[in-house]
Amino acid sequence: MIGIDKKLDSDGCDLSNLDSFLSDRVQSVPPSGIRRFFDLANEMKGQVISLSIGEPDFVTPWAVREAGIYSLEQGHTHYSPNQGYIELRQAVSHYLADRQGLNYDPQSEIVISVGGSEAIDLAVRAVINQGDEVIIPEPCFVAYKACVSLAGGVPVTIACKPENDFKLTADQLAAAITPKTKLLMLGYPNNPTGAVMSRDELEKLVRVIEDKPILVLSDELYAELTYEPAVHQSIITLPGMRERSILIGGFSKAFAMTGWRIGYACGPQKIMAAMNKIHQYAIMSSPSTAQDAARVAIQDSEKYVAPMREEYNRRRRLVVNACREAGLECFEPLGAFYAFPDIRSTGLTSNQFCEKFLQEEKVAIVPGNAFGECGEGFVRISYAASMDNIREAMKRLKNFVSRSKQNV
Amino acid sequence: MIGKREEILHLLEQNARLSVEEISVMTGQPEEEVRATIQELEDMNIILGYGALVNWEKTTSAPVTALIEVNVTPQRDRGFDEIARRIYRYPEVKSCYLMSGGYDLMVILEDTSLKDVAMFVSEKIAPLESVISTRTHFVLRKYKMNGTEFIKQDEDDREAIIL
Ligand SMILES: Cc1ncc(COP(=O)(O)O)c(C=O)c1O
Repeated sequence: MIGIDKKLDSDGCDLSNLDSFLSDRVQSVPPSGIRRFFDLANEMKGQVISLSIGEPDFVTPWAVREAGIYSLEQGHTHYSPNQGYIELRQAVSHYLADRQGLNYDPQSEIVISVGGSEAIDLAVRAVINQGDEVIIPEPCFVAYKACVSLAGGVPVTIACKPENDFKLTADQLAAAITPKTKLLMLGYPNNPTGAVMSRDELEKLVRVIEDKPILVLSDELYAELTYEPAVHQSIITLPGMRERSILIGGFSKAFAMTGWRIGYACGPQKIMAAMNKIHQYAIMSSPSTAQDAARVAIQDSEKYVAPMREEYNRRRRLVVNACREAGLECFEPLGAFYAFPDIRSTGLTSNQFCEKFLQEEKVAIVPGNAFGECGEGFVRISYAASMDNIREAMKRLKNFVSRSKQNV
Repeated sequence: MIGKREEILHLLEQNARLSVEEISVMTGQPEEEVRATIQELEDMNIILGYGALVNWEKTTSAPVTALIEVNVTPQRDRGFDEIARRIYRYPEVKSCYLMSGGYDLMVILEDTSLKDVAMFVSEKIAPLESVISTRTHFVLRKYKMNGTEFIKQDEDDREAIIL
């Protein structure tokens, strides 16, 4: 350390204060509000039951892993085309046509990305200019707001309401629109609430934006994890929406492939070309092994997804039932693998609830405000965990809630 | 979609200790319906029993599993059933299947010893008049049984929190 403290370079620049070198955009993204809870959970990892994890507990289906191994054996260890292997793009195209009736040209309207995460970033960077407003209904996946800020856009968050099961309503959307609004980001089935939007509800949103120059990003990472009687409905299937929408799809959640880092974006050719330009210079191409494995997964999707979906559904019922029996209000989450119960009746804040639950009962869940301030008073319980762990954790939840309520 | 009955069967096959209440919550079927279905499955001999999946290798008794291939002459009118019954009625026979292919009956002994297997084959099976020949195989290691892998990788190596 000696000598570096106050060393100035020839321009008089203070190298001891590297903060001053960081871009304003990076600094404009605040650290997570639940940092302390993060640290605590990390410290206690291994001694606790984790229902705090936003990824499948399943390992990738063996046939898909085998396809990855075969790909390596075949020596597919080189760069792929920037947009991704054409065979995978064709498979994605068939899959979307089959599952949702959406038609995308594999040559020009699909880009294979490093996870849905990269696709979200590409989409935002491809369309947002400094100062453009992006509407983000919260609570939501934490990357949306950060991506917008990093791209120089202005995130305009909407606090969705518990009485609407945290779904975006037409009125709220209309109130958030200004002449600067460029993009609406939707994530349904929703992380963290598990909410799913019906065709009716989506149609009302479409009516608000259809005569305005607003693009839509529809993050459909959890599309496959939708539970009866709900069916996944993409806003992009509604009249007039395809030409103004970017679909973000992925393999992480449906096929338990989080570590492979593979996903995709689909949309009008002009936007895809722009996204591919960024992707080409920032990433070059997505991992070849993961692309070969993902193709096998998506070509036979139902075979791999169905058993996992059925198991998630059983756990979902168990968790929702246990929350209600414990005395917490919990709306019926019909998608993803989360329940989002209301913990206000315990008199605790989300953070207090999660910290105490972790320390006293050794179960980790996530404070709802990690996904936007309006998630305060709620907690996210992930049921991407083994049935045994869920059953034990729910027993402890009942004890904890009844103790907490005695103290109110 | 698998049917309601199949779903209950799969759940009980994985964990016979699940209660009717738990199965009802997990499957979204009313308790009475689940109870009635299970009763029916038991009555129809579809559910034959509720047992634990034991890894005997980890116990102090050093148990042996043997697969015995048996060739027999089928009997007039009664086919293989009669001779099969004479074999599978021995309590030491854990499983007994009629096979297509190179031999007729597969007889499985579990939780036994080399000596007991040898005695069983030479004293009980081989002397039966319709038995033409036997071939005995011993299991060296069990990797997977009834859908359960014996070496469990149940350590959760995921990060502590993922938003
Ligand atoms: C709503 C949502 N979108 C996108 C992602 C990113 O997924 P990936 O980059 O693994 O495809 C996640 C991951 O948690 C998510 O919850």
